[in-house]
Amino acid sequence: MTEKIQTKHALGQQPAWADEMQAMLDAYQQAGGDPQSLQAPQVATLVISANNVLMAHEIPGVHLEAEEIENGVKARIFVDAGVKVDKPVHLCFGVIPAEGVQEILADYEIGEGASAQFLAHCSFPNAIKVQHHMDARVHVGRNASLTYTEEHFHGTGGGVEVLPKAQVVIDEGGRYVTTFNLTRGRIGKMEIDYEIEVGAKGVVEMVTKAYGHEDDQVKVNEIVHLNGEKARGITRTRVAVRDQATSQVFTTMEGNASGARGHMDCTEIVRGGAIAQNTPIVVVRDDQAQVTHEAAIGTVNRKELETLLARGLDEEEAVDLIIRGMIR
Amino acid sequence: MEKPLLEVIDLKLNQNGTEILRGVNLTIYPGQVHVLLGLNGCGKSSLAYTIMGCEGYVPSEGRILFDGKDILGLSITERARLGITLAWQEPARFEGIPIGKYVSLGMKTPDHHQVADLLDTLALPSKIYGYRAADRTLSGGERKRVELAAVLAMNPRLAILDEPDSGIDTLSLSDIAMLIRRMALNGSAVLLITHRDEMVEAADVASLMCAGTVLFTGSPLETRRYFSSRCTPHLESLGSQPWDASLPEVKEALASNGMLKSMLNQTGKDQND
Repeated sequence: MTEKIQTKHALGQQPAWADEMQAMLDAYQQAGGDPQSLQAPQVATLVISANNVLMAHEIPGVHLEAEEIENGVKARIFVDAGVKVDKPVHLCFGVIPAEGVQEILADYEIGEGASAQFLAHCSFPNAIKVQHHMDARVHVGRNASLTYTEEHFHGTGGGVEVLPKAQVVIDEGGRYVTTFNLTRGRIGKMEIDYEIEVGAKGVVEMVTKAYGHEDDQVKVNEIVHLNGEKARGITRTRVAVRDQATSQVFTTMEGNASGARGHMDCTEIVRGGAIAQNTPIVVVRDDQAQVTHEAAIGTVNRKELETLLARGLDEEEAVDLIIRGMIR
Repeated sequence: MEKPLLEVIDLKLNQNGTEILRGVNLTIYPGQVHVLLGLNGCGKSSLAYTIMGCEGYVPSEGRILFDGKDILGLSITERARLGITLAWQEPARFEGIPIGKYVSLGMKTPDHHQVADLLDTLALPSKIYGYRAADRTLSGGERKRVELAAVLAMNPRLAILDEPDSGIDTLSLSDIAMLIRRMALNGSAVLLITHRDEMVEAADVASLMCAGTVLFTGSPLETRRYFSSRCTPHLESLGSQPWDASLPEVKEALASNGMLKSMLNQTGKDQND
């Protein structure tokens, strides 16, 4: 599989490939990425445009296998046991045309004792009717560590449906930190569906940030099972919605073992005719476990607002600064 | 004769049927450090919020003049743009806003070097704190020092500092007093709200507030003397009788007020009788 891709990569001199690659690099930059980093030899990189694998660059200990399917790509990304990846692995997904479907079926395997950081940028700059499905299985091995940051850029049309789904298993002593940012351009419709199982002394930290305008729809469904002794979990959700946008956040945290500790923290800011909802569910099945939650839904905090007004900002500037800070 | 910068005239404030401010009169001149001294609950912070124009602090009677013009109809932003600002007793926390940016917000022309200098002055090394968020990860004392830096950076015409001396770490009271004098030297008038009578030493003029009104205005020494000998607590703020001497507010008041101590002793005796 990798061989096929390397062949494609070698076709880099062909005009069609070069044009598509250039379009993806531009889109990548709009999503907040640095195009130079995609071309650095010491950086593992995977670039997928719709169902075309434009680049798959491996480095020692990091393997990227990708197979084109009808509407997307099936990928296997794994880091060998004990490998500490110095530079972030760059993933770039996108659909450049106004219409299209992209399905990414991905398996991530972080071997025992390995550690890696992944930076994924998803860009749909011209979307009028684009669907992006992500169906991922993530396995963080014993005492391994994975930091996965996903940045989206959707343009201003609002015609994107983003449907990321992940099943994550964290083995004993493993650590998984994930951040999902959709704060630039229009969201369109976003439905996150993550379920995570955490083993003994494992740690999960999930951060989700989104900023919805007009008729954007945000739905977040996160379920964390703290199954192992002394497992730790935290979810932080920061959503701002304005105009007629809607946000629904469902978070479930289960404390299923002795010493498990979980916390859910949700802030949703509502402006104009927008609607926000938060439904936290706490389940504890062990008398030595503890799960807490906090939520603030509604207008911006009055004291924060007045503090900024007292520095001379007008209300619009102050609210924008508070929201931008929250989703930063 | 120099014209007053701020004149508070017969100001009354009611909240939920309770009279919070009962005809406050206060005058502050340009470049003057004016200490407003009083026990917890006497209405000092409410006066500050009313001058700043905060939500829920619209006076029922009286006037607030700034440069001779009535500012009661102005928004917080408009008052701030006239040169008034407020440092809250418990400053707000801002997720994701770097301290350097926060401090520079009130500056007419943001100057990173000046921001760095101010942070360093306030024992917040700019290399460490400049990019850190002004959020919940800061201690109470750190956050208050950031607030002081933000007010200093704004170089306001009138800075209202609500108990900058409470709960602050690292800096001593004399450091705070020095910063306040520095503001005055830069041309800012300062209304310094405190319940610690030793802070009066930073002042040009001091007023004593009690039970929603200004009882006395004079030199710092006169006011401090008056405070220690005459002030009685605003009873409602200390909870229902009999007072619980273990309450922090009562302990604080006891430490600074001989009359309260004797009243408490008397209350205890009455109970025992």
